Order: sequence, then structure tokens, then C-alpha cells
Amino acid sequence: METDGPGAKLQRKRPKYLNLIEIRQPLPAVISVLHRLSGVLLFFPGIPLLLYSLDVMVNSPQGYAQFQSLLTNPVLKGALVLSLWFFLHHFCAGIRYLALDLHYGDMLEQARFSSKVVLAAGIVLTLLIALLIW
Amino acid sequence: MVKRVVTGAHYGLRDWLAQRVTAVVMVVFVIFLAAMLLISPPHDDASWKTMFSSRWMRIASFLFLVSLFWHAWVGMRNILMDYVHATGIRLTLQILIILSLVIYTVWSVEILWAMEMQWR
Repeated sequence: METDGPGAKLQRKRPKYLNLIEIRQPLPAVISVLHRLSGVLLFFPGIPLLLYSLDVMVNSPQGYAQFQSLLTNPVLKGALVLSLWFFLHHFCAGIRYLALDLHYGDMLEQARFSSKVVLAAGIVLTLLIALLIW
Repeated sequence: MVKRVVTGAHYGLRDWLAQRVTAVVMVVFVIFLAAMLLISPPHDDASWKTMFSSRWMRIASFLFLVSLFWHAWVGMRNILMDYVHATGIRLTLQILIILSLVIYTVWSVEILWAMEMQWR
């Protein structure tokens, strides 16, 4: 290895361990981690909660009214909005991965840009729906 | 001589494709459902029930749910392969996930076709 020049400087500044908290991840990596995390949460408790809600909505005689009364509780409403964000983030990031598979936007600059769009789209859509149901 | 490490039974490509096909099915359904909800927002019990009373809505919902379960299986399996290295624990978790997804599938049929089922 060379002892001076740009290589040496790079060598000295190298992190000695991989602390995921201390490393500043690029946005596409953050999007990817959130995609995984939201995926797990959508599996559990997401799927059973979705099926239970569908059952109550469609089959219980007062299902809709029951849900409306549940949603007067601000904590539950907040939990619903948070779940909605997990879903919408997973949804938007997933569409980005489908596009990347088809080689749309897989250059570095475009990929960085689309990761910003995905993060923003998930948050904006969540806020819009939150406003609609509030 | 090159010794290859056998990592699977060629299900990699099939799962990769299934993950994407089920994703597209779900995207189509979600956009279509969102459009329906925006055009005529259900405002009471009756309108929710009417929405799911048509046969094609039930079939579309079931197709969405089955895609969701399949998609969840591929995703969860990948995550377990990445983070759970003890074979016994991984296998147990995989079996639990498959069992839960089978139960969810039966439950979905019950929910969507409850009105037709006398025994429920």
C-alpha cells in the first residue's frame, strides 16, 4: 500500500468497526432498511390486524360504527396513521424497486433522487389520508 | 476442481419472480380500491357491506390477500435467511410463518364468503 497521497489519507480515516448507528447511511440505504422493517411489521401485527378489521367491517352488524368509536381515541388514531405510513412507505419503495429491476433510474444520481421522492411520497400520502379521515 | 457451495434448489429465481408478480397484483388492487374509496367514500355500515357484497369484489380481495400472503412468505423467508443462522430456530420460525399464512388464507375465505356460509 502507498504511504502518502490520497490513498494514505483514506486509510487513516477508515472506521475501525461497523457501528450502524454511527455510520451515516446514504438515503437509498435508509429507504431499504425502512422497506425491510415496514415489511416485517406489515407481516406482524399488520396481516392479522387487517383481517380482523376486514371481518368486523364486513360481517359485524355495527362494524363501521364500532370502528368510528375506536378512532375517537387519539392513541389508536395515531397508531392507524403510523401503520398507514409503514404501508405507504413499503408500497412506494416497492414500486421504486420494480422500476429499478426494469433498469429505470438505476444510475446513481437518479437512484438518489428517486429515494428522496419515495420517502417524501410515503410521508405526504400518509398526511393526506390522515387529513381525510381526521 | 471447483467446489460449488449448493445454496438451494433453484427456487431463487422463482421466489424473486413471485415477489414481483404478487407486488404488481397488489399495486393494481390498491390503486383500484383507492379510486373506489375516493369516488364514493363509504359513510356507514350499509355502504361497506354493499362494497363487498359483489362477487367480483370478493374475488379481487381474495386475489389481493393471497398475493399478500405469498409476498409475505418470500419476504419473511429472505429476512430469516439473512439474520437467523441457527438452522433449528430458522426452520421453526419458517414453519410458524407458513402455518400462520395457511390459517390466514382459510380465515380470508371465511371473512369474504361469511354471508354465504350458513354454518358461521
